[in-house]
Amino acid sequence: MKGMTIIVKKITQLVAPIIFLFGFYIVIHGHLSPGGGFAGGVIMAGAIILQILANGNILNNLLQEEHGMELLESVAIFLFMLIAVLGLLVSGTAIFFQNFVNKGVWGNLLSAGFIPIENIVVGAEVFAAISTIFIAMVVYNDEVKK
Amino acid sequence: MIVYILCFILFLIGLYGVIAKRNLIKMIIGLAIMEYSINLFLIVIGYVEGGTAPIITKNFKHSGFVDPLPQAMILTAIVIGLATTAVLLAVAIRLYKKYGTFDIDEIKSLKG
Amino acid sequence: MELLLVIILVLMIFGSIYSLNAKDLLSAVVSYGIVGFGLVISFLLLQAPDLAIVQVVVEVLTLIIMIAAIKNTQKEELSSKFEAKTLINYTLMIILALVFILIFEKMTGTLSGFGTDTMRMSQTYLQGHKITKSANLVTGVIFDFRAYDTLGEATVLFTAVIGVLTILRIKGKKDK
Repeated sequence: MKGMTIIVKKITQLVAPIIFLFGFYIVIHGHLSPGGGFAGGVIMAGAIILQILANGNILNNLLQEEHGMELLESVAIFLFMLIAVLGLLVSGTAIFFQNFVNKGVWGNLLSAGFIPIENIVVGAEVFAAISTIFIAMVVYNDEVKK
Repeated sequence: MIVYILCFILFLIGLYGVIAKRNLIKMIIGLAIMEYSINLFLIVIGYVEGGTAPIITKNFKHSGFVDPLPQAMILTAIVIGLATTAVLLAVAIRLYKKYGTFDIDEIKSLKG
Repeated sequence: MELLLVIILVLMIFGSIYSLNAKDLLSAVVSYGIVGFGLVISFLLLQAPDLAIVQVVVEVLTLIIMIAAIKNTQKEELSSKFEAKTLINYTLMIILALVFILIFEKMTGTLSGFGTDTMRMSQTYLQGHKITKSANLVTGVIFDFRAYDTLGEATVLFTAVIGVLTILRIKGKKDK
């Protein structure tokens, strides 16, 4: 895929990391303010899509990136299952998704038990899923042209 | 009540797009419009007049929130909607590569 | 409040009608954006900021993916010739629409009016911050009370990604 002009590339270099960081902020503040894993994951995927659209990429790099994203998504969904089963095993009560971490006071960043951890895991999952879908379409277009 | 009826009209327009149109992209747009209308309908049911967003701040009243349950359900439905739309579009561009058209009648008559 | 919502909904209806009847695919996709962004404003008016954040990004990404899908297709004038098949389609649509109108008529009898309190189940969820210690009640519902639903959502998303990869793969890994 071909990139765009130098102006777009430079502006993207400035803006894309900030968008990514904003997405991550929304993920880790998901239990305090509007947002959460879904919103933050989609915003982070938007940063990656902006990078690919502006800079362009060669096919081999894109394929490598696709494999990385698939790996990230599989690991994230596995960790989500693991948290659920840990709630079954660690806490004395046999309840799926039992909140077993110490909860603390509401309003603090480190509170609400395992909800922040779940937010990060789901954020990674959504981010990887949507990036993979977009990269697969770009790779398809490139392979058709070849 | 008029808001409910308008949501329902939006749903019927999406149904018209799915059934009566013959272009694949138009059908996908119709499906997405149906999904949006359902999302909006459920959120409208959960709205309470004068309520605030269900986020607790330092000094809050207990009786002033909108319903958090439909919001939580629709939040997942939106992201799933993006993924299913992507699957449908993937099928559509794959069909375009094989037959060279988005028109569903031509694809049927080619049978190849 | 209700008036604003009605204005935005009418705008969304006009956008969807134009989008479905447009002669050009690109203008159809762009006017489909009206529906999505109108939905974002409605969510903000209905006090759902979580949904507004998600919907605005998802709408932009949907438009990008749709335009990427139709970008390299040839520009064909969408034909609108009238045949017997079209007549069957329209009859089918009218029958289905009548069925849905009947269901809607039955259903609205049980609903209370716009903006009134229908929370029978949610009273527990509104006290949820005492149990989950999460200040955002929506996140508390998603990840604690109903985390099982979120697990199902993650599974559906994973399946959709696998489906896209399978459909769009041209050559297998062995051919490289």
